[in-house]
Parts: sequence; C-alpha cells; structure tokens
Amino acid sequence: MRKALSFDIRAYGLIIALAFIALLFTLLTDGDFLSSRNLSNLFRQMSVISILAIGMTLVIITGHIDLSVGSLAGLTGGMAAILQVWFGWDTGWVLLLALLAGLLLGGWQGWWVAYRGIPSFIVTLGGMLIFRGILIGISKGETVAPLEASFQRIGQSYLPYAAGYILAGIVILFLFLLTARKRKKRREWGLKLEEPVVSYGKAAVYSLLIMLFAYMMNRYLGIPVPILLVLLLLLVFGFVLNRTRFGRYLYAIGGNSEAAKYSGINVKRHTFAVFVIMGLLSALAGLILTARLNAATVGAGQMYELDAIAACVIGGTSLKGGTGSVTGSLIGALVMTSLDNGMSMMDIDAFWQYIVKGLILILAVWWDLSSEPGGEGA
Amino acid sequence: MYALEMVGITKEFPGTRALDRVSFSVEQGTIHAVIGENGAGKSTLMKILSGVYPAETYEGTIRIGGKEVRFRTPRDAEAAGIAVIHQELSLVREMAVNENLFLGAEPRKYGMIDREAIYVQTKKWLDFLGLDLDPETKVGSLGIGQQQLIEIAKALSKESSIIILDEPTSALSEEEVRRLMEILRELRRKGVTCLYISHKLSEVMALADAATVLRDGKAVGTFPVGELTEEKIISLMVGRTVADLYPSRKDPRDETVLEVRGFSVFHPVRSEKRVVCDVSFSLRKGEVLGVAGLMGAGRTELFSGLFGAYGGRTEGEVLLEGKKITLRHPGEAIRRGIVYLSEDRKRYGLFLDMEVKKNLSMASLDRWVKCGIVDEERELREAERQAARMRVKMADIEMKIRGLSGGNQQKVLLGKSLLARPKVLILDEPTRGVDIGAKADIYQIIGELTAEGVAVVLISSDLPEVLGMSDRILVMAEGRVAGELARGEATQEKIMACVTGGGTFA
Repeated sequence: MRKALSFDIRAYGLIIALAFIALLFTLLTDGDFLSSRNLSNLFRQMSVISILAIGMTLVIITGHIDLSVGSLAGLTGGMAAILQVWFGWDTGWVLLLALLAGLLLGGWQGWWVAYRGIPSFIVTLGGMLIFRGILIGISKGETVAPLEASFQRIGQSYLPYAAGYILAGIVILFLFLLTARKRKKRREWGLKLEEPVVSYGKAAVYSLLIMLFAYMMNRYLGIPVPILLVLLLLLVFGFVLNRTRFGRYLYAIGGNSEAAKYSGINVKRHTFAVFVIMGLLSALAGLILTARLNAATVGAGQMYELDAIAACVIGGTSLKGGTGSVTGSLIGALVMTSLDNGMSMMDIDAFWQYIVKGLILILAVWWDLSSEPGGEGA
Repeated sequence: MYALEMVGITKEFPGTRALDRVSFSVEQGTIHAVIGENGAGKSTLMKILSGVYPAETYEGTIRIGGKEVRFRTPRDAEAAGIAVIHQELSLVREMAVNENLFLGAEPRKYGMIDREAIYVQTKKWLDFLGLDLDPETKVGSLGIGQQQLIEIAKALSKESSIIILDEPTSALSEEEVRRLMEILRELRRKGVTCLYISHKLSEVMALADAATVLRDGKAVGTFPVGELTEEKIISLMVGRTVADLYPSRKDPRDETVLEVRGFSVFHPVRSEKRVVCDVSFSLRKGEVLGVAGLMGAGRTELFSGLFGAYGGRTEGEVLLEGKKITLRHPGEAIRRGIVYLSEDRKRYGLFLDMEVKKNLSMASLDRWVKCGIVDEERELREAERQAARMRVKMADIEMKIRGLSGGNQQKVLLGKSLLARPKVLILDEPTRGVDIGAKADIYQIIGELTAEGVAVVLISSDLPEVLGMSDRILVMAEGRVAGELARGEATQEKIMACVTGGGTFA
C-alpha cells in the first residue's frame, strides 16, 4: 500500500512538473504557448527525440547505453537524402534502404556489446564517431536538398480533420473494450478488482485527453503524422515491455544479468536484439528529421543522444538498468521539448536554454532519488 | 562487571515494532550469543548498537562498562570500542589488506600516509590471527574466509573491546570455522567481549558462554549455555517444538534419471586448468544425493558446469533418462528439466527490484506465454499457488522481493526452481543464512519433491544437513570425487576424513 502510494507520487510528480512548465510559459507568453499552432509545432519538434527516447528506454532498461543514436540518425537520414537527391531513387526504396542500414549498424554495435563483451558505452562512443565520420565522408560536407514531396510528407504532413476524429474515436472505443475485458478476466480468475468507477473513470479521463488532443490539433492543421508515428511506437513498445516475454526478459537482464542467465534467459541474444531495435528506431528518427527539414546536413542529429538519454532519465528510467517505462520517457521528452519551445518563444538566448535544461535534468534525478522508498529499514 | 547492558530497547518502524523492550547484559570477557529467527530483531539490535540507528530513533538505554552511551553515528560507536563485523563484508576488494585495515584511520607522518607503519602493524595483526599473508595482497584475491579474518583484524586494530560478529560463519568452510572459533577463544582470554550472532546452534553450543534468544522482537531470555540443549534453543526461538527437522522419506526408485561420466570442467580464463576432473556419478528418481566437500573442492564448479552456467569449457558425457545430451546454456538445461539453484542468491538468483511474482515465474515464463505475450492472470495464479506451497511469508505477491527476509527469499527461489518442473533439482547450499523455521520448511519441500520422483542434488557444507537428508553422499576434494558413502555408513568423521584426503570409501 505504502509502495503503491509512493510510486504514484513519483509518477504524478512528473505530470505536475510538466503542468507547471506549461502554465509558466503560458503566462509568460500571454497564452501563445498553449495555442493550437504552437502545440502542433511542439509535438512535431519532439517527435524525433521521442522516437530515440523510446529505443533508448529499452537500451537503458537492459542495463546499457547508446551514445551513437544521434550520429546514426544523421547518417541514415543523410544516406536517404543522398540516394534521392543525387541518384534519383524513389522514396519507397530510399526509406527501405535507410531502415535496413539502421538495422545493420545497430546489429553491428549489438554484436560487439553482446557477443564480444565490450561495454556499450565504448562501442557506441566509437559508433558515434564512426557514423558521423561516414556521414561527413559521403556527403562531402554538403547540405543535401531538396527532397521529393513524397519523402517530405513523412515529416510534414497532417491527418485530415475527419480522419483524426475517427481515429480518436476508435482508440477510445478500444480503451473501453480493453478495460471491460481486463475486468472480466480478473473476475473470472478471482483476482483483486478495482471499483468499476475507478477503472472506467480512468478510461474516461484518458478518453477526454485523447479528444482534447485531437481537437487542439484539428484547430490548426490536423494531427501531425510524425507524432502519430510516435504514439503508435509508444503503444507497441509499451505493450512489448509490459506484456511480452521479451520485455520481461529485458527488465530481468538489466536488473541482474547473472540471475537472468541462471534463469535460462539468453542474455546475449536479447542484448543484441535491443541494439538492432535501437538502430532501426534511430533510422526512423533520422528519416523524419530529414523529411521535416527537407534537407540533410552533416550536423543533423548532433547531441540528440544526450536529449534522448535525458528524456529517459527525467521519465524515471534508472541508468542502473532494470526499471523504466516508455510512457515516462515520452513525458520526459515532452518536458525537454517544452522547455526548448517555451524558451525559444520568449527569445531567451540559446546559452540559457542549455543551462536550464542541464539543471532540470539534475533536479529531476535528485527528486526521483529522494522520493524513492528507503531501501533498508522496515 | 558487565561490558554491555541493554535496557528496555524499543525500536519501531512504520507499521511494525522491530524490538519490544529488549533487555540483556553481557559479561566482560565472554562470548555471548544472540540467536533468533530471521526477522526476530537481531539485525535491528546490532544496528542500534553500532550507531547506524541514531540514539533519538529508539527508546531505552545502552550502558558500556556501566556508563550510559548515546550513539549518533557509527563513528561514535567505534570510538566507544564497538566493532561490527557484518554478514556482508565491507572490505574494498580493489585495495590491499593493509590499506583496508587502516582505511579511514591511516597513521600519518608529516600529513602523508605512513606506509611503513601500516605495513608493520598489519603484519602484527595477521600474525596474531595466524594468517600467512603479505599485507599488500589485494583483498579481492582472497577467499571469503580469509576476508572474514581480515575484518576481524580490522576490528582488533581499532582496539575494540566489544566485537559484534553477524553470522560470521555463513560463508566459511568447516576448517575456517574451526580457525575462527580458536581465534575467538583466544580473544576471550585477552578480555575482549564478543557478541556472536548465528543461526548455527552447534557453533553457539561449542563456543558461547551465554545466549540471549530473541523472538518476534522480544528477548525470550538469557541463559548460560550449560543449561541449554539444541532442542531447547529451537523451541525457544520458534515458540514451538520442531519435532523432526529432517522429514522421513521413502527409498528412492530404481530408475536412473541422470548419469554423468568422466565429466571435467575447465577454468574460464586459464583454459588448460581443470577445476573439476573426471567426475562420474549417477542419480536415481526420488533420490537425494548429498555433495560434501570443502570450499574450493569443485562442487559448485561441477554442477554449474553441468547446468551450462560456468564460464569454462566442459568435457564428458551426460545422460538424461538414458539419452545423451549436451548443455551449453542454462536455458537448454532448464528446458530439459535440470534446474540449478545457486549458493549466492543475491548474485545469481534474485531480481531485487522485481515483484515476488515475477521472480517466481522467471525460469518458467514459457508456460504462460502465447505468441510471445505473457498471460499475466495465469502467471499470477500459479505464482500464488507456488508461494503458498513454499509457505512464503509476505504482505503481497506483488511486493518487491527486496522486502523479504533471507529465508523467504530463498523459499521464493526454490519455488521458482520448482515452477520450471525439474526432473533433476540441484540445490547449492540451500539453507545458508536461512533461519531454522525456513530450514525445516525447505527440508519438508525436498521430502515432498522426492516423493514425486524428482531427483535432488544437495550441495552443502552443513554436515548434519547432508547426513540427515541424503540417500547417498558424494564427497569431493580438489575437483575429484574423494568418496561415496551410503546413508547407513556415513558419519561426520568419515566425511571429514574423505574431505581432507584421508583415504577413499568405496
């Protein structure tokens, strides 16, 4: 009971912090921060970091780190642009090849970490330099632009208004169906059951948020496609971590890799798989980044790895491994992006933005640690 | 005169009263045992005595040498002459013995650490303890037993008058235990007072002058050891009489389930060195095969190698139910029905930050997985049933396993092994650091398992346990089988003779 309560305080703390940041910027910008236009911008801004943060959550839960994701996103995005602009490839093939490259390069790093036992910090630090080097080499230091409209659409298009509302409706329907199904199952198995008001109340609150989101986005240009992708990935990886054997094993490996091995878990294969997934997601993030900017530059994605790690950490993922959630990381990414966005709106100098973000990161972890239920004692 | 008096000590945690008006006195220059089940309050008491819990956080009075003391920090306790040797050693593995000994209290000369003084004084203490060691050896390269003795040297070097030993022998071999006991007797002659916390009643009987028994946070009483018997201590600790610690079992069946021929295990780094050499044995359905031997005799290496978890190469034939198998990975072993429960449960067993439920199901998740998705309701039900069978004492199956006592954690791990439905269950020191109640439960469960036809390998340094539980005993020494004894003919003396290489028994 005590544990459940303290967990909630930690989870809500993040939401409260986010609400506070939003409120602060709304006041300071005379309400512009919460305008549909700005929120739409903000969500598009955060999509790249969010995708990296989702992958990073998996990596950190498994007890590793990936410093190469920014470079890898830059490289795969750059490759895609070069193939299209210089060699005239179709968008479909370009995307496929870029994703494949991300998969292979992620696998290459995973092989060093999992099967050769090199610490992930080192392997991916190497990867960060190598991938950036390759990007500079193949692009000859030039900015590669412009892309075809079909490519740009991944990063810049919006869902039509009607489609947005229909999608929101479908999600809400599923939410209620799932709640009902879970209650039925728990009742059949004779397990503890929440009051119906609580379960359905929660579903109602989520539904309200979903509708609000669709409404706010539709007041501008509609739901941005990249954020839709992020939400889809959130659902997929949230499910993978919480409901699948693969997810359970990742937590186990990060929590105690020796015990995981003795429990019959193939630690190496799972570690390898995590880096493959991270590579794939990095490539996806790189494509969206390139599409949004309608160009590939040699500096694309620089420092993104740190933003992604910061988002995870603010979201409650422990660098020791074994704990964390994609939802938390996404909220972490939202906090970081809100700070960026809000301070830019207020024309605060870039140097201040770095300082504030750095302080927020430290404070978030300090707060997280100090509200942790005391290990020893009772 | 009393070296130490504790009067009316009460310590409360949110929701529980860990100590309830505990009073007892320890005479100067004696060895005083404090015994009780896990959760009885021993650790709390020690933390109060060593200043980990500051004086404001509990009620009651502590007197040392007749003077009342109030400790705010561990440093205060140290200054008052109290040294604690914890169950988990607090040495820095990467540092040398002499650096560890004087860590935080280095003798100085002109503001620099006086290396010669450290070396010489360390040597003196090592000689006193009969340790033939270079003071500049790295602690990490020493065995647990030697590390324990170095902890004691550290306590002595601080000229402590009261030494508290918390389960000092749980990781020691028989030989090392004997050595430790000699040293403690020597200290007693020198007038040092020892508080000796242990589960091992035989040690308490052999060593202590008096014993205080704790139960559920209360002191049941303090008795001269001469007035006590093991049975009486157990009934005082548990509050009831434990009729038979070891369950009576039927004879094993005649079917052989596992046969191992010429099995060798190689060192993980020096791949030419054999740590287990040409071992052969067989195991029948429903049999308990005890495996005795000193630390480093190759018992753990043999069975973790068999299980596919030891780092080094293995060689030899393994037949499971007549079929030849090769096991390269614990996953393969578990799928075939061979499950190994490690002696080091923190390192190789527990996922401390996970729920009890998930710890229970970790080795058998495949049974509740469809298309990669875990059926959590079924998992929860099976886990609950298993926890009930193991008699795990816990608030909730969805609490983190970190919050359970050692004995209950061990029961969860045993339950986890059983959920994997083993044909062969290998238990490596399953009752180390486990209190007597949990021990009895574990023996009971082993008995039930063998009745179901599971073959159990019981690796243990606790000879009464090996003798009480086994149908057959394999004795190992220096990586080889030094002898095999049948239930009827085995005695402690015969095992010890085998262990130390004094001939073989056929």
